[in-house]
Amino acid sequence: MNNSDLESYLLSLDKDLVLREKSDRVSITVPSEKLLQVMTQLRHDRALTFDMLSAHTAIDWSNENKLELIYQLYSSEHHHRIMVGVYLNREAPVTFSLCSLWQIAEWQEREVFDMFGVRYQNHPDLRRILLEDEWQGHPLLKDYKDDFMLERPW
Amino acid sequence: MVTTTLSLSSVPISSLDKRIQSLENEQSSLGTQEYFVNMGPQHPSTHGVLRLVLHLDGETVKEVIPVLGYVHRGMEKKCEFIGYRQQVHLTDRLDYLCALMNNWAISHAIEKALNIELNERIQVVRTILAELQRIQSHQLWWGVFGMDLGAFTPFLYGFRDREKITAIFEDTIGARLTMNFIQPGGLMFDITSDFAQKVKEFIAYFKPILNEYDELFSGNIIVQERLRNVGILDAKTAISIGTTGPILRASGVAHDLRKLEPYGVYSQVQFDVPVGATGDCWDRYQVRMQEMRESIKIVEQLIDNIPEGKHMVMKFGAKIRVPEGVYYSEMETARGIYGNFIVADGSEKPYRLHMRTPNFNNLWSIIRMAPGLRIADLVTILSSIDIVVPDIDR
Repeated sequence: MNNSDLESYLLSLDKDLVLREKSDRVSITVPSEKLLQVMTQLRHDRALTFDMLSAHTAIDWSNENKLELIYQLYSSEHHHRIMVGVYLNREAPVTFSLCSLWQIAEWQEREVFDMFGVRYQNHPDLRRILLEDEWQGHPLLKDYKDDFMLERPW
Repeated sequence: MVTTTLSLSSVPISSLDKRIQSLENEQSSLGTQEYFVNMGPQHPSTHGVLRLVLHLDGETVKEVIPVLGYVHRGMEKKCEFIGYRQQVHLTDRLDYLCALMNNWAISHAIEKALNIELNERIQVVRTILAELQRIQSHQLWWGVFGMDLGAFTPFLYGFRDREKITAIFEDTIGARLTMNFIQPGGLMFDITSDFAQKVKEFIAYFKPILNEYDELFSGNIIVQERLRNVGILDAKTAISIGTTGPILRASGVAHDLRKLEPYGVYSQVQFDVPVGATGDCWDRYQVRMQEMRESIKIVEQLIDNIPEGKHMVMKFGAKIRVPEGVYYSEMETARGIYGNFIVADGSEKPYRLHMRTPNFNNLWSIIRMAPGLRIADLVTILSSIDIVVPDIDR
């Protein structure tokens, strides 16, 4: 499927999917309560078969008080790729784990929890991955501060 | 009991079973017990500061729990404070054996975002350098792979031949490990006039050496026994885990971005993508050995006709402002796909930069492969994954 076919096919799946502008690839935004349902469809739909979760990360839009989760999906069968975004409430970021769809989500979600504090429902082993368990705060949030951070001298 | 008369029947004969039984009765049983052992963070065969908590039953591995983060340097946070041009220098420190390819990956991401057209010379030189580095990385892997299996000679051979490429890089680039050579918009400076000559000399030297590697190591029956059917990763699991590079290809998936989404001048050269069949350690070994031959093929096709041109198409040191938007770009390094996800807000610094490093996903496969095998096989598997720990921890 080429990009425009993919776009129209995705939009036909669910009326709540929104195409994202200012992106260099096909990119959709999913409402957070429909994440698991849409992702299951993307994974198992014969025409899509996104069988590889290439990357998962988050963006802290602190000015809008939102946290956005980003999923980069790739299909090893059809060789197409999309980006999926989900907006969460920044004060209480919680969503569903996708470990049942892609095994690697277990580690990628642990990393996002570690760095952004997102809680994943039904994750088998949610704990910090890069920092130690006793670490306070989530470093990639824009308002994170700790004693080791230096002020810029200029 | 001591008897004074001699006869055949009065001398009792024991057996091994009886001997062992007598010990078993005296001491504890000979059955195994379950326990936990820390492998690392300082352990030579974890290739860096990686800690594996092993749940063992005797010598058999029941479960592996990798503990990461011993060299976490907060690179993604750092990138939010420094400019696009500066963060190129951080990527060397991720996977230090693919420094040039990492430089290229992030430069490629920035160039794509800015729509910069590069001239042929830059593309050809970048491709040659990347392939040389792929050979260099696999040479080091071959050396330490031998050492992890208990053979010391490959280590010396691997490093001896790696030194030849390192010398070329040192002459051309000025650095041996952290190159910083490929920049957004081109190359740091032009290649030296004798670069092509030196590369040709290296290829003439290294081609017969590859056959020697096979004679020395690959053909050895002990090596084959230790690699075949050890650590099998089937294609479906490999995809679900998100492994890339030689590991995924060894499982039989011909996934190579150089072929699928060509960048540089890969679309103009002839090369094959080696794939394995079963996805065991032997396949991963063979895929990397073949990749070295394919890389030589690519370099040979390009080295004679490096086009003329400038080495930099941007004004050197010019500040880079990426237009607002999200960009994701991937590139095939020696270990798999290295992706850069850039969220730009139109300023000189990225709003957010995520590095999708190949080893992070690749290491996860050990959780699936190791259970049921012996500790010695765990070391083999770890070595066949070919991890670089700073790349995982970022």
